[in-house]
Amino acid sequence: MGVMKLSKTLFQNLFRKPDTKMYPVIQREYTERTKGHIGIDIENCLFCGMCARKCPCHAITVDRNSKTWSISRMQCIMCRCCVGYCPKHCLTMENTYTPPSTTKVVDTFTFVPPPAEEAPAETPAAE
Amino acid sequence: MGKRTVIPFGPQHPVLPEPVHLDLVLEDETVVEAIPSIGFIHRGLEKLVELREYPEMVFVAERICGICSFGHSWGYCHAVEGLMNIEVPERAEYLRTIWHELGRVHSHLLWLGLLADSFGFESLFMQCWRLRETVLDLFEKTTGGRVIFSVSRVGGVLYDMDADTLAEMVRTLRGMEPEIRRICQVFADDASVRNRLCGVGVLSKEDAYALGAVGPTARGSGVAIDMRMTCHGKYQELGFEPIVETAGDCWARTQVRVREIYQSIDLIEKAVERIPEGEIAVPVKGNLPENACFLARVEQPRGEAVYYVKSSKATKFLERFRVRTPTCANLPALVKMLGGCDLADVPVIVLSIDPCISCTER
Repeated sequence: MGVMKLSKTLFQNLFRKPDTKMYPVIQREYTERTKGHIGIDIENCLFCGMCARKCPCHAITVDRNSKTWSISRMQCIMCRCCVGYCPKHCLTMENTYTPPSTTKVVDTFTFVPPPAEEAPAETPAAE
Repeated sequence: MGKRTVIPFGPQHPVLPEPVHLDLVLEDETVVEAIPSIGFIHRGLEKLVELREYPEMVFVAERICGICSFGHSWGYCHAVEGLMNIEVPERAEYLRTIWHELGRVHSHLLWLGLLADSFGFESLFMQCWRLRETVLDLFEKTTGGRVIFSVSRVGGVLYDMDADTLAEMVRTLRGMEPEIRRICQVFADDASVRNRLCGVGVLSKEDAYALGAVGPTARGSGVAIDMRMTCHGKYQELGFEPIVETAGDCWARTQVRVREIYQSIDLIEKAVERIPEGEIAVPVKGNLPENACFLARVEQPRGEAVYYVKSSKATKFLERFRVRTPTCANLPALVKMLGGCDLADVPVIVLSIDPCISCTER
């Protein structure tokens, strides 16, 4: 390597910014398709159990009686099978990661029915 | 004749990303014989076909190897599609070809870095891996994953790419090309690199053919074997020609891989120009056929990989899934190359076949 070429490379390396991101000052941007974690819109879930049956690693448990849907975050391999098979399209692949943990986390979502609506007030009789 | 000494090399060695063990029989500083042994990382993935339905097995096949993961999932899907006589849409085949070539760029850049590391050129290693990050970002943008993609499905692919994404991919790769050329110039011209690579681990054309070498190991010795010359993928339409070097040493194998990076970028650009509109997957339902088998061959970055699937009953479970990976085919050639080399050259020669032990042992 010639002296000129060497000096050029040396000065470039001395004065340019590092290639790594200055985390945590600069946060990484996730793409739309990034496989972060599985999210559920529990309000729309039928509790049919299709996602649990199609999950290749048995990470999802659905209980129709107690209206709970739970996922073992450590077992999930982000294959998006459940997202594809969900008949109500209430499962989504979110592009953010779940927080790191030291134990095997199981996230449970429970459907809470909305409070029963009060009977509509009687309409005033037309005069 | 000097006194013979046996030196163990691996399974834990700074130069080896994965565990392989070699017993090196030395006479003074010269290797007389190398006896390889593997089996440190066997996971029994092939046996899992008995427990996983055929559409789910794609995810297991993908996890055979972290570097050529797309190729493995493609190979498995190709084999099952052949078994079930499924015709994959044109667009899906083009998308698979694009992702597979992108995987080759990332695999070769990774390997160039590892090679530089094996002869102690740390900054070159860092530069190669810095370039690889751009390719991984492209993967994340188009598939959602950096290493494990989960986009292959039996019958097609999961995601499409719109025209803007495809154009941006080509633009990014073309933008990278001058930098790749600048880095790869060091592998071609630098005196210290040439001292460590030229004339080291020579494998003759006859030996490469007789020992069944595949991929860049065979092509570096002048054997023009490449599965992309056959009908898999869309390589025939893209006018693919294999890249061959004749010297047969570590430098020739490096040059084959360097030139393949440029070729892959060209192939991606041609595929983007010719990709037709249409479906990206066909629905696949039902059981596997009775008493059928299929053999698929895919050119991975490391060489030809063979996927054999067999079904005996009309269920959703295959009876047998067998993978012959490129490193497995290149091990006899490696043993031949090591005979007569210096002890100090062993790490470079071992890396020159791009060993992937996870693939080999599955």
